[in-house]
Amino acid sequence: MITEAPRIVTARLGYEDSHTITRYLATGGYAGLRKALRMTPEQVHDEVSTASLLGRGGAGFPAGRKWSMLRKAPTTYLVVNGDESEPATFKDHLLIERDPHQIIEGTIIAAYAVGAAQAFLFCRGEFALGLERLTEACNDAYRHGALGSDIFGSGFSLDLVIHPGAGAYICGEETALLESLEGKRGFPRIKPPYFPAAIGLYGEPTVVNNVETMANLPWIVLNGGAAFAALGQGSSAGTRLFALSGHVERPGWYELEMSKVSFRDLIYDPSLGGGVRDGNALKAFIPGGVSAPWFFPEHLDLGLDQEAVGKAGSMLGSGSIVVMDDTTCVVRAAWRITLFFQRESCGQCTPCREGSGWVEKILRRIEDGFGREEDLDLLLDACDNIAPGLSWPPAQTTICVLGPSIPSAIVSGIGRFRDEFLLHVKEGGCPMPADKVRRA
Amino acid sequence: MAPAGLSAETLTKAQAVVACYPERRSALIPLCHLAQAEDGYLTAEAMEEIAHLTGCSAAEVKGTATFYDMLHTEPVGRYLIAVCTNIACMLAGAYEVLVHAEERLGVRVGQTSRDGLFTLEEAECLAGCDRAVCVQVNHRFFGPIDEVTFDRLAEELAEGSLSATVPPHGVLSRVSRNVGLPAQAAAAASVSRNPQSAGEPPTPGRGTAAGPAGSGGQRSGESPAQGFDPGRTP
Repeated sequence: MITEAPRIVTARLGYEDSHTITRYLATGGYAGLRKALRMTPEQVHDEVSTASLLGRGGAGFPAGRKWSMLRKAPTTYLVVNGDESEPATFKDHLLIERDPHQIIEGTIIAAYAVGAAQAFLFCRGEFALGLERLTEACNDAYRHGALGSDIFGSGFSLDLVIHPGAGAYICGEETALLESLEGKRGFPRIKPPYFPAAIGLYGEPTVVNNVETMANLPWIVLNGGAAFAALGQGSSAGTRLFALSGHVERPGWYELEMSKVSFRDLIYDPSLGGGVRDGNALKAFIPGGVSAPWFFPEHLDLGLDQEAVGKAGSMLGSGSIVVMDDTTCVVRAAWRITLFFQRESCGQCTPCREGSGWVEKILRRIEDGFGREEDLDLLLDACDNIAPGLSWPPAQTTICVLGPSIPSAIVSGIGRFRDEFLLHVKEGGCPMPADKVRRA
Repeated sequence: MAPAGLSAETLTKAQAVVACYPERRSALIPLCHLAQAEDGYLTAEAMEEIAHLTGCSAAEVKGTATFYDMLHTEPVGRYLIAVCTNIACMLAGAYEVLVHAEERLGVRVGQTSRDGLFTLEEAECLAGCDRAVCVQVNHRFFGPIDEVTFDRLAEELAEGSLSATVPPHGVLSRVSRNVGLPAQAAAAASVSRNPQSAGEPPTPGRGTAAGPAGSGGQRSGESPAQGFDPGRTP
């Protein structure tokens, strides 16, 4: 069911000039910050806890609880993660380019709540226009008195640095992001002891939040945490920005009330995905970024709900849904996803570094017609070495979760479409049609 | 003396960037982008100068830079064309477009055309999946792209009619931070200041009215971030 929930993070996107401070101020911009500054930091924190806002980066950790971990020690730094790189995810990219002030306002509110005096917004390097607009917005926010010393006469001061990344998926992992922000290779740190809340940027207590999480804060402060929690259901409160791509008629971004709207609504409703392209049948879909195990037609009626998707054996992750129709070659799809992990593995841990390379090569030879029947079990065995048990959520043998994400596509593909893999072996090549170019 | 790896103008910008961070090594990647904006790639001289500005060795600069896809230590063409082939774009025919691009430009993925105009790359997801097949030229987005629109794009790039939207390779933000810091940063950049006492969080609001958090100055010591080192020895 498509509900009439308010648009929380995309309210301004209908305007051509949604990224400018003029439009931002004309549409209630920085009112949330002004209100927050009249509250105590604890009150702001309480509103966010009441909202039960789950982090929008992919792990879905409650933002309020994340901040509580900081309460014990003085927070030195707030780092906002805008290094969006999970394949098929483009919601942060959208918010950064089209409503940078909303992210900045949320960042200032979060910094006030956790008591940070210095914030960094780490923006993916490939988002050149986004970096330009964030920098412009940062300059304008300073001129407006929303950044710098004594913000709006409140006595609270904050400096914000817009920091460009340089092209590495792994830097979306929070400890790798901190390494990168310190001017180093993006190698994730081992936890414990390097939980950012304890030992973060420059070894200081640090909170790392996603940009979409920040974008929700002005609305939560203005309307109250209870109003946010009233949307959605259970732990999946509020609305969420979903990114829909692949074989659908209308790929794009859709802000929807969590839980209430189902995958079927998202993919088939004429006002949303508009159905599978060319009226084809649905073969499979990925519910939350390529790290997530795949779903199939029988999962269509599940709500866009973190808990429900988790119980069904996958994750809502980064909120990106990829649709594959019945012309899709699952070997090719699993191979391409694996190639991505192989290229983006930082190389620190053997299961991920070596495992990703070997499974990619085996998948490639099956697709190219040089596969063997025993390759299927070999693939599963190699995956089992990366994430023992092949369960979900996966067991971890590596420093970060990139490695354990590798088996998802392979296990989903072989588990459901073993015959199609075997057909590749028998026919000595791919039996499926080539990917059809989407006409511009 | 610092080697002349950056122009005077870029050096001034670089010093302002360094002053934004509590630890100057944090400016390493932003400075690499500034150097690429100047030369199109990272020259050895630029990496030496960045090392000087960020308080580390040239080897550490190169070691960091080579981890990242966007930083090039070898020259690239005037236009770096990156075709995304990750899942959403692949499903929209990205490999067919990529093969077409190779034929049209007369290069293989990773190569630069003989006239130095184009370098072709296969990119990982660029977060433009609603406009698949998604292509970036010098990190400016184009899409959806098919064989026909690719040819038009290559033509327009070659004749220079897109120069307003596609700056030279390496240029990211054409806007610099100009409030709250630069006046102090410019001064800070030339004077080495005392670092704050270890462990003390930056305190904004001290100093100039629109001052930055922390002292904003370069750290004079070489010690890494307040005694912190994740210590990943091989």
